[in-house]
Amino acid sequence: MKKVAITAVGITKFNKTEKPLDSMMLSAIRPMFENAKNLEQSDVDVVLTSTNANRNYLANIISELSGMKPKISHSVESLCNSGTNSLVSAYAYVSSGLADVALVVGADKADNPGLVLNWDMARGEYVHPIFWSSMFTSAHMRKYGTSLEDLAYVSVKNHKNALDNPNAYFEKSFSLEDVMTSKNLTENIRLLDCSMPCDGAAAVVICSEEKAKKFTDTPIWISGIGQKTISASFTKNNDLVSMESTKSAVADAYRMSNKTVDDIDVVELHDAFSVCEIIELEDMGFCQKGQGSKFVRDLYDTANKMVNPRGGLIGAGHPLGATGISQVVEIYQQLTGKAEKRQVSNAKTGLVHNMSAGSTSSTVLVLES
Amino acid sequence: MTRFEDELKKNNFVCSACTKCQHLVWPPSEFCNRCFGDTVWRPVSKNAKLVEVSGKDGKNFCIAEFEGNVRVFGTLLDSSHPSPGQDLILEYCSYDGTPKFVFKSS
Repeated sequence: MKKVAITAVGITKFNKTEKPLDSMMLSAIRPMFENAKNLEQSDVDVVLTSTNANRNYLANIISELSGMKPKISHSVESLCNSGTNSLVSAYAYVSSGLADVALVVGADKADNPGLVLNWDMARGEYVHPIFWSSMFTSAHMRKYGTSLEDLAYVSVKNHKNALDNPNAYFEKSFSLEDVMTSKNLTENIRLLDCSMPCDGAAAVVICSEEKAKKFTDTPIWISGIGQKTISASFTKNNDLVSMESTKSAVADAYRMSNKTVDDIDVVELHDAFSVCEIIELEDMGFCQKGQGSKFVRDLYDTANKMVNPRGGLIGAGHPLGATGISQVVEIYQQLTGKAEKRQVSNAKTGLVHNMSAGSTSSTVLVLES
Repeated sequence: MTRFEDELKKNNFVCSACTKCQHLVWPPSEFCNRCFGDTVWRPVSKNAKLVEVSGKDGKNFCIAEFEGNVRVFGTLLDSSHPSPGQDLILEYCSYDGTPKFVFKSS
């Protein structure tokens, strides 16, 4: 397989607007052509769009509106990890030699239809995502003694990190008391434990090693990929203190990249709810099972930004089809030293974790400078 | 899956079972997800075990498991939180846009 590099990124402010999806995507694409050296529309031979908006031939529309005539052009949808699924598809085209340059763009509106999963009959009348997250939370509290305060620290930390992210949905900090006293959605999920569906778009250009030299002096390499889907039904994840698809995906990504958790300097992980960050840190090996809460508390106490430096989904917002790509944009910026106030010092290797449907599907990427 | 929904409306929880390997296929499907055999409808036992529980607005909701395989979200009538592994009975089921399952401790 050919080596594949990320050579350009673009992102919009995450918010709630009247702006149509096409326009949001174009807003994320434009800065890549403005900022990357020598990148022309004619260089792009793959355009993939990532969205839950049920839009027909959107990649062709975006291609035309962007002045591109790609060889390959289509959409990729997999709920909340649509973005990284599309990037993995693009990687496959480039690494196989079928294409040299691929542009991946993801976007969604706050009211996109990917938020409620009607197919999953096992959810019964409890269709909203707060119910599966409440089950993870109950199980983790029961087994490891995790407290509501432990959960709140995830939210406090990530909202604090988001203050340094000019594209984040939230532009204010929240105290521990703010989180603890925010509206109870279930007995163990409060409003500020939740990520916020919003509008947003993000884009990346990836290319072969030969092309990368033409477009940038600082390529970021995609060195590890792991993906796993165990089911579409939430209740097939048998162990509720763990995420089976995440454990499988991260093992594959570490194996492919020949890296271990000790090599990871900065992480973007999928904190759809506070409990997710705690479980994912444990399942990806950043700490022992049951130690995720302590790990988060240490990060907060030491102002360490290595986990979700842009604020995660809780602080930055969660425009489903854009989320995974926005995580990649953040790690790209970290590894190229362009993360400004969010910069994790001397970051050389980063990890992206993006999942969907109550962790029944996960994608993990290892990126290196 | 009209038969599934219709039976739920009549307070019957049915699921598809493989005619070839007898696997209980959940969610219901025309084909077995183990061996692609044809399936037929059969009642699911009313006995279940509690997997996990939480609450909202004073009402408990849970995941319950039937026949060691079929897990669903439902309402738990008990006012306290029983422990995982506790035996439950399916008190009532229905369908109103989504399936509805109501349990109580046995």
